Amino acid sequence: MGIELLVNLSYVAAAVLFIFGLKMLGSPATARKGNLVSAVGMFIAVVITLLDQSIIDYKWIAVGIVAGGVVGAVIARSVAMTSMPEMVAMFNGFGGIASLLVGWAALYGFEANAFEMITIALSILIGGVTFTGSMIAYGKLSEKMPGRPLVFAGQRVFNILLILAIIASTVMFVLNPEQHLYLYLVVGLSALLGIMLVIPIGGADMPVVISLLNSYSGLAACAAGFAINNIILIVAGALVGASGIILTQIMCKAMNRSLSNVLFSGFTKVAAGG
Amino acid sequence: MEIVFLAFILMLSIFLGFELINKVPATLHTPLMSGSNAISGITLVGALTSAGAEHTVLATVLGTIAVAMATINVIGGYMVTDRMLAMFKKG
Repeated sequence: MGIELLVNLSYVAAAVLFIFGLKMLGSPATARKGNLVSAVGMFIAVVITLLDQSIIDYKWIAVGIVAGGVVGAVIARSVAMTSMPEMVAMFNGFGGIASLLVGWAALYGFEANAFEMITIALSILIGGVTFTGSMIAYGKLSEKMPGRPLVFAGQRVFNILLILAIIASTVMFVLNPEQHLYLYLVVGLSALLGIMLVIPIGGADMPVVISLLNSYSGLAACAAGFAINNIILIVAGALVGASGIILTQIMCKAMNRSLSNVLFSGFTKVAAGG
Repeated sequence: MEIVFLAFILMLSIFLGFELINKVPATLHTPLMSGSNAISGITLVGALTSAGAEHTVLATVLGTIAVAMATINVIGGYMVTDRMLAMFKKG
């Protein structure tokens, strides 16, 4: 009980630091300090979680942290200043797939009730879309794939069918948690949706798309927080989800584009050929 | 009750998120995006418990990969943001 209280109070402190950090990031004079404040919040949240009583074995945690830390640090240090936006896209994709995996792993911890099954499905769904969407955005910005909008005949119909298939498999997954076929369908179809959402959007609009995907990764973390009953995931995820939407709108305005115009190009512009 | 409580937290966090961002100068758009992206790496906290709880072998494997991926997001995200903002100050 004592440790649980300490963990939760530390989560409150971390949330406060995230909020101040985000606020400070919005103004030039305080931005760098704000990033540091938010990093301290993250450090507190991670270290205090290691005290959690449900953690029995630290071996694999250490392996994951060391591997991820080295890769993240090497990429962050070596990337050229001009390639920053695509790096953000790549990191964002990794965050998305992490939320997907956290949701998936939550299937095995306890007997999930219907509400928890829905949140597990949502974290897998949003995490999957974030992952592949971010990777396509990365590919387009780094010119590893053509930056022009990729459109094909019947794209609109295909996307609508895809969304219907996702809804159907998500419902079946929630109703039949032990049937792994539906789980794999949700994973695969959400990954496909992420690709389909981003390929029809041109390279010039990618910063807006990355900002939106950043918002999605927050929502994925938030859903994962509901799935595993962790309040800091819910709070931090919702903060990123909401502030990301606002930032996306601000960026759209700065580029003289409308958000729906950018988003639904794959659904509406097919006839015009992009 | 628990769900109601969590829903309240969610609602307040969303409103706060909306209110936090306003009138950001264009030069800060990318750093702000990158900085908030690092915060979304908070899913690392969830990954830690998945990787260490020893529920099943599969859960441990999924958790370990999640820890690695989320750590890349967190470490890379904060470092890249700091690099961008360091440039910004000089310029």
